[in-house]
Amino acid sequence: MSESKPIGGKIITKPFIVCAVLVAIAGILIIKRFIFGIGAVSHLSDGYPWGIWITYDVVVGTAIACGGYSMALLVYVFNKGEYHPLVRPALMASMFGYTMAGLSIMVDIGRYWQAYNLILPWYSNINSIMLEVAFCVSLYISVLWMEFSPTFAEWLQAKGLKKMLDRVMFIFIAVGVLLPTMHQSSLGTLMVISGKKLSPLWQTGFLPLLFLISAVSMGYAIVIFESLLSSVGFKRAPETPILGKLAGMIPTLLGGYLIIRFGDLILRGKLGLIFSFDFKSLMFIVENVLYVVPLVILMNASNRKNAQKLFIAAGSLLLAGSVYRFNAYIIGFDPGQGWQYFPSFSELMITFGVISLEILAYLIFVKKLPVLPDVKHA
Amino acid sequence: MDMKRRDFLKIAAGSGILLAAGEPAFAREAKKLPPNALGILYDATVCVGCKVCQVACKQQNEMPNEHTAPEAIWDDPIDLSGKTLNIIKAYKEGTGENKDADKDGYSFIKRHCMHCIDPSCVSACPVSALKKDPDNGIVTYDKKACIGCRYCQVACPYNIPKFEFDKPFPQIRKCQLCNHRFKENKFSACCEFCPTGASIFGKVTDLMEEAKKRLLLKAGDYYHYPVAHVKSREMSYRPVAKYLNHVYGEKEGGGTQYLLLAGMPFGKLGLPELSERSDASLSEGLQHTLYKGMIAPGVVLAGLLFAAYRSTRSHKDDE
Repeated sequence: MSESKPIGGKIITKPFIVCAVLVAIAGILIIKRFIFGIGAVSHLSDGYPWGIWITYDVVVGTAIACGGYSMALLVYVFNKGEYHPLVRPALMASMFGYTMAGLSIMVDIGRYWQAYNLILPWYSNINSIMLEVAFCVSLYISVLWMEFSPTFAEWLQAKGLKKMLDRVMFIFIAVGVLLPTMHQSSLGTLMVISGKKLSPLWQTGFLPLLFLISAVSMGYAIVIFESLLSSVGFKRAPETPILGKLAGMIPTLLGGYLIIRFGDLILRGKLGLIFSFDFKSLMFIVENVLYVVPLVILMNASNRKNAQKLFIAAGSLLLAGSVYRFNAYIIGFDPGQGWQYFPSFSELMITFGVISLEILAYLIFVKKLPVLPDVKHA
Repeated sequence: MDMKRRDFLKIAAGSGILLAAGEPAFAREAKKLPPNALGILYDATVCVGCKVCQVACKQQNEMPNEHTAPEAIWDDPIDLSGKTLNIIKAYKEGTGENKDADKDGYSFIKRHCMHCIDPSCVSACPVSALKKDPDNGIVTYDKKACIGCRYCQVACPYNIPKFEFDKPFPQIRKCQLCNHRFKENKFSACCEFCPTGASIFGKVTDLMEEAKKRLLLKAGDYYHYPVAHVKSREMSYRPVAKYLNHVYGEKEGGGTQYLLLAGMPFGKLGLPELSERSDASLSEGLQHTLYKGMIAPGVVLAGLLFAAYRSTRSHKDDE
């Protein structure tokens, strides 16, 4: 396969150094957390036990990392071979996103040294949505590394290994589609049990379906977003035609999503809450305007041929899905009794460190490994 | 694309059926009170706010003092926490002259784990660290199982499980009804040491009977309030206050083993208004409807394996 090539170039660049510094700061703060406890670096509390680490690093982070899932769904399940060149970079971003989510969870959970209890059958609670999420996410992290492994094999020029991997790859692809379908919807189901603590604007039996559709659409959005960004950053010709075609999927997904979202609010008689114009209602409006923007832009076929409009639409969609998740996990969540939450400086720095580590790894991998499609330099 | 749309509509229609009959259509059956369920009845009208129960709880559960005032002299928690499993709070309204009166009144309230009949925390815990005893219904915590994910805290409608955020090796803390004292033939310290009979221990069925009996009493009459235990022979003979006609915990969130009586609306005393259906029954019902005992994912996986096998082959043919 010669469709992917390393892009080469210097590893140590300015962005690389900035990211490395942020990673180092986060590293020190994480050490502090393990010595003095979670309270020493965060504003997490008994009222808000989950904050930005869970909401951004895990819930939003894995949704943004759905590129690999969404592309695999398209290429292997719906057999659209023409998108094949987009699979590998998408897979790599997914692999990083999920791996970082896994690492963040180890920082966030209080009794991390017992995390292996999750896989001990005598401890399993099959009624727990958390068990399913934890199980699927950890399994999927390894599946992603397996799916990406042919890239390493190519890099090492291990032809025999590559052939062997190719032969069994369909198993990993199939499992790699099943697992995100399960846990991305379950990330929504997770909040059902919080009952009245979550505002009726977000609390619904449709949480799993809404989380799933938005995750798939965010998967396509990140593929478009990341491809356009790297073509600017690395001065490569943008892959606009294929991205535009891919973007053609998004309006159907978003249209369906918004019909369910608002239909559900109407059926439950909670539509009026949108117009209370308190902080929650404003955030609801922001969230859904961000969904409507890409819908409107991408419904128009000529916009899908325009790199700039594609970029805006994809960016807006990523923000929409992120705001939806923040709303469903933090902003719409009110434990009562006067509890409040805003992340501490250290807490934010740890999250920034996680994001920076992802960018660092991305920069190294695309330069050294055959990941990005082989296109001419612009 | 066509296939995608069709599939999408199928999923959407499927979930629509779930919703058509109203949300609880997918809820699993409600859980029943365990056969020998033990619990506590707290009567706010009998409570004098002496906090002996709070002290006794700390001593018997070896919990540390908590200092919220600048001078760290007394144990003075402002709420339940990783150091405080049981607390007496006071609520005052208007001039606060009349005990247990809705207007210009005040009331005490005792907070700790409700030992729900269908606990959210037990449903939420991925590693069964929180369990409900099938016989006496006590919701227990096992730190050897706990991974510290704090999903129990997100799930609990009463915000009961507390986490030790200030410790490198933290655990969840909550009332376990002093079940460690049962083998010495003792029961919940907060009840044993309560001097007025405001907190009494016993079988939930007996407690419920006692609570219902009290609601039928006339304000101003005298009544023999059992002290410490619902079956106790020690009684406190005292005038009956005006009760609000509501046993909190009879129906809330599917019912609880900690029952409360008061003269004031429970909402004012910090207890949430909950529907009769437990959140756990919704969450589990939804999950098991979608997964159908892992058969659904199995079927999907078979389909995916076929599709992926077919398309990896056809991509290879292209090359």
